[in-house]
Amino acid sequence: MKIVVCIKQVPDVADVRIDPETNTLIREGVPSIVNPFDMYAVEEAIRLKERFGGEVKLLTMGPPQAEAALRELLSLGADDAVLVSDRTFAGSDTLATSYTLAMAIRKIGDVDLVLCGKQAIDGDTAQVGPGIAENLHWGFAAYVRKIEEIGDGVMRLERLMDDGYDLLRIPLPAVITVVKEINEPRLPSLKGKMKAKKLEIPVWNAEEIGADPERLGLSGSPTKVSKIFTPEFRRKGEILQGEAEAQVDRLVSEIERLNIV
Amino acid sequence: MDYFLTEEQLMIRDLAAQIAREKVIPVRAELDEKEEFPSEIMKVLADSDMFGLYIPEEYGGMGGGILENCIAIEQLSRACIAVSVTFAASGLGCYPILLYGTEEQKKKYLPRIASGKSLAAFGLTEPNAGSDAGGIQTTAVKDGDSYILNGTKQWITNGGEADIYTVIAMTDRSRGARGASAFILEKGMEGFKFGKKEKKMGIRASATRELIFEDCRIPARNLLSREGMGFIVAMKTLDKSRPGIAAQGVGLAQGAIDEAAVYAKTRIQFGKPIAAQQAIQHMLADMTTQTEAARSLLYATCKFMDSNPKNFSKEAAMVKLFATDTAMKVTTDAVQVMGGYGYMREYPVEKMMRDAKILQIYEGTNQIQRNVIGLELVKEYTGKTEAVPVG
Repeated sequence: MKIVVCIKQVPDVADVRIDPETNTLIREGVPSIVNPFDMYAVEEAIRLKERFGGEVKLLTMGPPQAEAALRELLSLGADDAVLVSDRTFAGSDTLATSYTLAMAIRKIGDVDLVLCGKQAIDGDTAQVGPGIAENLHWGFAAYVRKIEEIGDGVMRLERLMDDGYDLLRIPLPAVITVVKEINEPRLPSLKGKMKAKKLEIPVWNAEEIGADPERLGLSGSPTKVSKIFTPEFRRKGEILQGEAEAQVDRLVSEIERLNIV
Repeated sequence: MDYFLTEEQLMIRDLAAQIAREKVIPVRAELDEKEEFPSEIMKVLADSDMFGLYIPEEYGGMGGGILENCIAIEQLSRACIAVSVTFAASGLGCYPILLYGTEEQKKKYLPRIASGKSLAAFGLTEPNAGSDAGGIQTTAVKDGDSYILNGTKQWITNGGEADIYTVIAMTDRSRGARGASAFILEKGMEGFKFGKKEKKMGIRASATRELIFEDCRIPARNLLSREGMGFIVAMKTLDKSRPGIAAQGVGLAQGAIDEAAVYAKTRIQFGKPIAAQQAIQHMLADMTTQTEAARSLLYATCKFMDSNPKNFSKEAAMVKLFATDTAMKVTTDAVQVMGGYGYMREYPVEKMMRDAKILQIYEGTNQIQRNVIGLELVKEYTGKTEAVPVG
């Protein structure tokens, strides 16, 4: 089975600032980490490889320094990695990003399964996973908390919902996004780290993945961010006064009025 | 201080520190309280390839030396020395095979130890043979192509938890220390049993048990080296493993400094952090200086030993002595800096001070280390009548 895991290098959220002019994240001087949800996707891919055999390839779109994120994850036991990087990708929204990643997955070829974290902690959109599936016209499931079985071109999985979980069967090839309930990511091994240090990581540009320039970067991104702000937290409350009995009457009538029980 | 470690050594340090931070610190107080063996952490260390750091690659190890092993032990010890002794004792049990094993013995046992699939342990101490290892009473009697062992080993780290044991027993009591021999035993051999788990002052998560041999028959091919070499096997093993105990001391002292310094910065008395009081600053300054001195001696000794010198008993004894005396002093002072809070179990320095004491006792008491150093020193100066500087 050939598995691709899409990962993203993100700024460490502990220290994020927004540029008030452009409304985008200021990345300079902010330490980068692997998007934490992607750790679960990588772990699950390695476990699937251990269960069913095959190979695990990591894929990311980003600037040259995103290679560090790939190396960190390679040390966990992935076989190899590809960095998709080109100046024309700058300013990509989720539509352009998922198109770009889908084109890279096409170029990799013969992929059975694509795994992503449920969302990235910088944008929090959770749109790229489904976007890739849409571009590839493959099956898709979000919020996967367990992969029960894979066989005969079909996978059985559990999708986490607010009120329980759905049991799904989806045909392969497919794209899934996973939640942290799916596993506990392992720590790297020394042999893995040494192997990861030496591995060649190919860099593919826009031309090499055969992408339509119109659908890349800013020109392929219809999203316009008009404003980013922190919503004001307003506390609304009233402290009842007077005799206890009167207060209780007031409370009961307010509850009835607001229809909250 | 930057010790100009290689990229590989930094990798080992960072990964060991990550394991300490993520897997040891969150559970160390509970493991101590419950006296629970750290099986989960040993599995993490195995999966991270840590057990094979000093074992040659041809036997499944990482091909490093004592320095690589000590870097890992130091980092683990910053978090908990009950965990790091469990890890390091496997190395102690392994060294006799690594140093004196035949090709067949090495092929059979080293890959299992390097992968962490099996823990190892070393059995030397007995109720009546501690510092005086010559007083061993466990016997091994040759019977055809077997040896039959009888006797009891005491206070064996990883006893009952390890699968592979290297044990010293007397094959010829009339010859004293020269009548001792070393053997490889495996858990599950008939007549090989374990005593109860000891209750200890510190390093309570580590397992310490008796090894009991009752007509325990083992194949003669499990003899290490030759008959009569047991005492030398034991002494050379201890020489190799002593820097590991020093690394425990350095790591533990650093862990105590980390706790005390953070506390001193945040504890306000007389209107300012106690770290601004000169009395506290001077204590922290001494603790840091002594610990850095111990670390410097540790790394220098490891590098020296990894260069395969002929004799390093003195150097190994000096670093064990200095680093562990430092750990006792620094952990005691960390408790003092933190005052009443330091004495409480809510804060980790209480455990650190309890744990530190064993470092001055095991793998040769610090008095025995001084004996070794003194003896070597006297040998070095034998025949010299003038103090002329050379080299």
